[in-house]
Amino acid sequence: MRERTIEEINEKIKKGTVVVLTAEEVIEMAKEKGYKKAAEEVDVVTTGTFGPMCSSGVLINFGHSSPRIKKARVWLNDVPAYGGLAAVDIYLGATAIPDNDPANADYPGEFKYGGGHVIEDLVRGKDILLYAESYGTDCYPRKELETYINIHTINEAILFNPRNAYQNYNVAVNLSNRTLYTYMGMLLPNLGNANYCSAGQLSPLLKDPLYETIGIGTRIFLGGGVGYVAWWGTQHSPAVPRNELGIPKVPAGTLALIGDLKQMSPQWLRGASMRGYGVSLAVGVGVPIPILNEEVFHRAAASDAEITAPVVDYSDAYPNRKGEILAEVTYAQLKSGEIEVLGKKVPTASLSSYYKAREIATILKNWIREGKFLLTQPVERLPGPESGIKMKPCDIRKPHIEEF
Amino acid sequence: MKARLVLRFPPLLVDQPVVYKLVKDYNLIFNILRAEITPASEGLMVLEIEGEEEDFKQGLKYLEERGVKFQPLSQDVVMKEELCTHCGACIIHCPTGALYYDDERKVLFAPDKCIACEICVEICPYRAMEVTLG
Ligand code: SF4
Ligand code: SF4
Repeated sequence: MRERTIEEINEKIKKGTVVVLTAEEVIEMAKEKGYKKAAEEVDVVTTGTFGPMCSSGVLINFGHSSPRIKKARVWLNDVPAYGGLAAVDIYLGATAIPDNDPANADYPGEFKYGGGHVIEDLVRGKDILLYAESYGTDCYPRKELETYINIHTINEAILFNPRNAYQNYNVAVNLSNRTLYTYMGMLLPNLGNANYCSAGQLSPLLKDPLYETIGIGTRIFLGGGVGYVAWWGTQHSPAVPRNELGIPKVPAGTLALIGDLKQMSPQWLRGASMRGYGVSLAVGVGVPIPILNEEVFHRAAASDAEITAPVVDYSDAYPNRKGEILAEVTYAQLKSGEIEVLGKKVPTASLSSYYKAREIATILKNWIREGKFLLTQPVERLPGPESGIKMKPCDIRKPHIEEF
Repeated sequence: MKARLVLRFPPLLVDQPVVYKLVKDYNLIFNILRAEITPASEGLMVLEIEGEEEDFKQGLKYLEERGVKFQPLSQDVVMKEELCTHCGACIIHCPTGALYYDDERKVLFAPDKCIACEICVEICPYRAMEVTLG
């Protein structure tokens, strides 16, 4: 086929002649018509994912009180936020929990409320109790501030998630003989269950595995509003083993995402309480993939049967960072409800919602069809496999005794 | 007929053979799905009861007279649709198949299969399952 450009696709969007399919629909189409023919017809493939994404948070500027305060420490509904930026800028992380939460002292902790829930409550328009402390200065004399804020009273509420939309993820199992409570959910002893957390064939970075179209500046669906890829995400690790299509076999690329929280909706941003682990934020992300050429199409049309995930033991290999992989399974196997690990049949459960992932891909498809959403040319590409970039470990260096 | 009921026994009745009477005097067959005595020593029992319609009625009347409160089980477990994200994390933990995927991988709840074990309440990260027992 002739190469397509983003400008051409945008012209079609404006004219209302663009052909958009979800990453799920396109699989069927490619089977029916063959890759060549299908690639010629389809302009855009939309992806989606919805699941707990712990590295998320919101930047808030809550405005200046009279007299003014330069807060040093700050809490929203008792959940601590970071206050080390200017006078009234704060960053609230999704996994923050109240100072007095019993956490795992009461194992397994319930983690009823935390940063993720504050973000959901903000989006719901609820009043949030703000408490701030300071030491007072000549220009910012106030030492204490207690008031209610909500999404309408604050200046900015910028969702800025340093790591979202993981390209592939571990399937968590438990080889020990006690129940584990992890960020991958409850894992029953002796391979009682296998939990996975990816939308597979609908997941953004699995459908553009070599970052040929998704880059810095890409306009996306974020939390129900419009957002952007701000940077590659933290722990972006493109130089990992991949299959013939370039799809990574282990967790690889990530995206840092940014968007206006004021546009978003609680349907796509949900606080999550993971028993025995903590609080998180479930985020809905959808990314359009412009079909620039046949190769891009081929990868975007990969199905669950072609995408594999590593099975990892969360009783030892994961917590102790041993990197051992017990098995490789396809997302088709994971979705069948059962996989085989070490000769045992293990029931599977998903933490990410495939149903919502499909809804997001469909909403994005409709936005594009209706001419409400234009595609963007990335300002810069993300580091790919050729960059050699791999996530680094944190090796513990013991201080030399004689230095003390 | 057959029904799943949640029975609440007032403290004074906890040590009396009420359920035994249901079998002996009213010919009702039952299956205990769950039983516990709360700290306030109120007894709570989830029963599946089977028997002739008339026996059933009389049996329930007997319970009422003894001060046992009861209600169909389905009233005690609810899925809050607007809170469920349809992730499916709860499905494999549900012992009776009351939580399941439909063809579109939407998660559905069949109250008639639920035995109010509360496992899903513990599992669900979004507090979509609510069980109000005891
Ligand atoms: S309480 Fe939840 S897990 Fe238990 S039977 Fe009912 S639906 Fe299933
Ligand atoms: S775990 Fe909760 S959110 Fe997920 S499907 Fe079950 S009830 Fe719905």
